[in-house]
Amino acid sequence: MRAAISSCTYNLARRIRTHALRMTSQGGGAHIGAIFSCADILAVLYGGVLNVDPQVPAAPDRDRFVLSKGHAGGGLYATLAESGFFPVAKLQTHYQDGSDLSGHVSHKVPGVDLSTGALGHGLSVAAGMAYAATLKSASHRVFCLLSDGECDEGSTWEAALFAAHHRLSNLVAIVDYNRIQGIAPVSDVLELEPFADKWTAFGWTVREVDGHHHEALRTALSAVPFAPGKPSCLIAHTIKGKGVSFMENTVLWHYRIPRGAEFDAALAELEAQP
Amino acid sequence: MRDTFIRALTELAPQHPELLLLTGDLGFGVLNGFSARFPRQFLNVGVAEQNMSGLAAGLALEGHTVFTYSIGNFPTLRCLEQIRSDICYHHANVKIVCVGGGMSYGPVGMSHHATEDLAILRSLPGMLVFSPGDLWEAAECGRYLVSHRGPAYLRLDKSAAPATVQPWEAFRPDGIRTLRDGSDVTLAATGGILGEALLAADALAEEGFFCRVLSVHTVKPLDADTLIAAASETGGIVAIEEHAVDGGLGGAIAEALMEAGAFPPFFLRIGLRNTFSSVVGSQQYLRNVYSLDAAAIARTVSTRLRVSAPALA
Repeated sequence: MRAAISSCTYNLARRIRTHALRMTSQGGGAHIGAIFSCADILAVLYGGVLNVDPQVPAAPDRDRFVLSKGHAGGGLYATLAESGFFPVAKLQTHYQDGSDLSGHVSHKVPGVDLSTGALGHGLSVAAGMAYAATLKSASHRVFCLLSDGECDEGSTWEAALFAAHHRLSNLVAIVDYNRIQGIAPVSDVLELEPFADKWTAFGWTVREVDGHHHEALRTALSAVPFAPGKPSCLIAHTIKGKGVSFMENTVLWHYRIPRGAEFDAALAELEAQP
Repeated sequence: MRDTFIRALTELAPQHPELLLLTGDLGFGVLNGFSARFPRQFLNVGVAEQNMSGLAAGLALEGHTVFTYSIGNFPTLRCLEQIRSDICYHHANVKIVCVGGGMSYGPVGMSHHATEDLAILRSLPGMLVFSPGDLWEAAECGRYLVSHRGPAYLRLDKSAAPATVQPWEAFRPDGIRTLRDGSDVTLAATGGILGEALLAADALAEEGFFCRVLSVHTVKPLDADTLIAAASETGGIVAIEEHAVDGGLGGAIAEALMEAGAFPPFFLRIGLRNTFSSVVGSQQYLRNVYSLDAAAIARTVSTRLRVSAPALA
């Protein structure tokens, strides 16, 4: 069932970004910066790490994926469409009247395991899924992608305590650590550093990686659990808005909608990439 | 009521290996029997109700029937968004159990009083709301929830009305039980305060007012037919709840009757009126303070009946 590990995940990431740019532009949606920062993570996950089958999206033995940073829903939809879960043409309905492709990710879309959007929910549900797998001695894993901003939420750390206490080695948290949250830099709002130490102190095994380096992501994500008997946390150091020079590392592009000349310039930059 | 519910759950757990009971670190001396007998079906998740509710959703999405258990507002209001977005939106098979409905935890203080829960929980799409009035209803609600699939809320009271069940009676999870018949007025109560409603009916009978007494153990879905009949067959409807009058049982009844075009001659809501239960005292003492005990209910209803039928005065 597992797709062959593709050397083309950079190409997949570029297509995810291009789709997301068009989707947010046409629909008037926000969060393009937050989608771009995790596009490489999504590409690597769906480009060979996750054991999922677009023909059987609810297969009991599939790996679960929870996009806890639900505002990057456009990125996941693009990834799923590119992976064959539904036609790419459907992406054009994102944000449109009557579509099921809501801005924040929806479980009504094939391949989506959980609707999210309110931050700090995903890791608890993922931990429940992982605990259920241990009860039936199933071997699938549960991957959960979080934003750094939602590590402000107490519920994220409630789930972190639970996962370590119950030795959920089948649970993997990936934090998209782009260091910019809703309206300001993380360091100005609520400092998360020493971030890796926090996860370690909560009983997780932590690795850090360049969240745009596919081979590094693939190597780390293929090595889970990082230690036996512990949940794994991969802190992915990323750049918000990655892939479009004028969107990178800016608070502005958490909400700004790419239109007009900005859209054209962004598209040109993405299309120029390999 | 709590012990009765746990007994029902304990009886059914062996036949339902998918059943899980999660507690937010409460239930000392209450859940021990269950946890000892079914360690794989029990999980104390710690004092973390948001996580408990999210976990419950995740477990339910993987095929489990999950009960979350805690006191008062902790399993509901504390984690309302998890209930809304993780449990209800996914129609996850999670049953939320609150012990300490209303002012059950009297002297402990208002933090532990659940007095807005019915209104809030019943507004959630897909959520069923149960609030049994006696021990039989509590056990039957518990049993029903084990087999029902989808989100539900069970509000358990420390107090319970005396047993009212008839030997031939079968529990209707979407029904209202008519405990006494009368035509002067209908007293519709939910939760343990049903006991006060029955006593109030006794007192009113001595005054010559004969009450129909309804036990509304299921607030959602609401058995509108029984209420519509009461609206036309009795002289008025009185909703009685240990809960804010806003949006609870009284609100639910009013909505059902108005939509059906069934207008009782009068309609009263007896409950907490825009106030927190901030006085210290036992549940019974607080019912007296807030005019929710049998004597106060009888007084309120009698006064209203004398307005409707001055000839009796």
